[in-house]
Amino acid sequence: MADTAATDLAKTPLYDLHVELGARMVPFAGYSMPVQYKDGIMKEHLHTREAAGLFDVSHMGQAALIGPDHETTAAFLESLVPSNMKELKPGKQRYTVLLNAEGGVIDDLMVSRPANPAQDGTLFLVVNAARKDVDYEVIRGALPEGIALETYEDRALLALQGPKAAEVLAAHAPECAEMGFMSAQPLEFDGITIHASRSGYTGEDGYELSVPAGAADAIARALLADERVKPIGLGARDSLRLEAGLCLYGHDMDESNSPVEANITFCMQKRRREAGDFPGGARVLKELAEGPSKIRIGLKLEGRAPAREGAQICLPGEATPIGVVTSGGFAPTMQAPIAMGYVPLDYSKTGTQLSIVVRGKELPAVVADMPFVEQRYYRKPK
Amino acid sequence: MTTYFTKDHEWLKVEGDVATVGITEYAQSQLGDVVFVELPETGKALAQGDEAAVVESVKAASEVYAPVDGEIVDGNADLEGEPAKVNEDPENSAWFFKMKLSNAGQLEELMNEADYKAYVESL
Repeated sequence: MADTAATDLAKTPLYDLHVELGARMVPFAGYSMPVQYKDGIMKEHLHTREAAGLFDVSHMGQAALIGPDHETTAAFLESLVPSNMKELKPGKQRYTVLLNAEGGVIDDLMVSRPANPAQDGTLFLVVNAARKDVDYEVIRGALPEGIALETYEDRALLALQGPKAAEVLAAHAPECAEMGFMSAQPLEFDGITIHASRSGYTGEDGYELSVPAGAADAIARALLADERVKPIGLGARDSLRLEAGLCLYGHDMDESNSPVEANITFCMQKRRREAGDFPGGARVLKELAEGPSKIRIGLKLEGRAPAREGAQICLPGEATPIGVVTSGGFAPTMQAPIAMGYVPLDYSKTGTQLSIVVRGKELPAVVADMPFVEQRYYRKPK
Repeated sequence: MTTYFTKDHEWLKVEGDVATVGITEYAQSQLGDVVFVELPETGKALAQGDEAAVVESVKAASEVYAPVDGEIVDGNADLEGEPAKVNEDPENSAWFFKMKLSNAGQLEELMNEADYKAYVESL
């Protein structure tokens, strides 16, 4: 049970603060990261849903594609992803996926277009920690002349999430209140220039703040000084995103899964779906037309026993597995076990009775709509 | 009554030939919020080291092993309805199961409270 972090692990600029706050540090994607603080996962999770939680996500990769103009840079990125990038407006953000030649998901990422016309031709990227090297290699391997990939190793990334996040941040950066969901812009945080987006991965309203590494500690402490804010570890980040029905790369999807199988076709806008002009387009179009052979679904379990990643999904009373759980655990908001997994399309309809095998026993489970917990993203009044 | 401890962070309170078994304060603090406990069936015969019970936290599942050979004579059904008791009172009311010892000599290999405390401090 020892959690001693190996010395070769990377540290984020908030490492000392985590230790000071009593975090239990664990190795994650090559970094020493806080899995929980003193309150524990359950309280941290519920606090984020009730007030505001501060997450260190500095392990994630921050980068930018820099080209001569938006049209050129967006056209290049569109050659790697199935989402509209040309139409992305200044100051807006979009979720997308990098695809391999077979239409499998290399990574999922956030893309934002700077609001400042002086930065026209730049697209900011935030990618998963464990996929940084792979993603950058794929992008660099495809870069045309005139577009560069710049990676930012001197920036930290903080997420402030929860229904009180906007009020908390507005005390330091009043302009944040005006931002719409999935918008991105620079903010002055107590005089420090940071880059904010109104988004996150918990299903709550909130922000992700890209800040200079040297200012991260001061900014985190300023936010934590507000009694509505508590530090939240990766444990609760995982249970929050599971309740929100969001994929964890490497678990709920990997390079074998298309975005259709992963049930994230919302990231594919009409123009791209019709054209199929992205890696693996033939497979993806076929799956869109005929249905994929398997699809990611949500499951609610009866009783209290959680089903974990790797547990087999069966038809009730039949021993032959039809699928597998890719994420599962106890949902603190629902006080019940939930899971995600893949099953053949025929068994993916909401309400379908299935069972999950846990320690040799069949636990009854029902296919459920996702998100499991209602998303409460900010919608700007019109 | 004598209390013994194992390196797997279980405690045993032995009265006559019956041991009441639970997990220690240290174990619950490492597990975090307990959300589910699976208990062994009464009548089940277990050898030392066999998987006896399962305790699930929000994050992960962990096994509780039979600390000695014996037969399960009771399980703490309260934990099925209120698993969080394991976090609140691990070394008293949140006991897991009782077992009838079939090899009492194994108790001599276990730690007493002072030795267990030193063991935890060494971790």
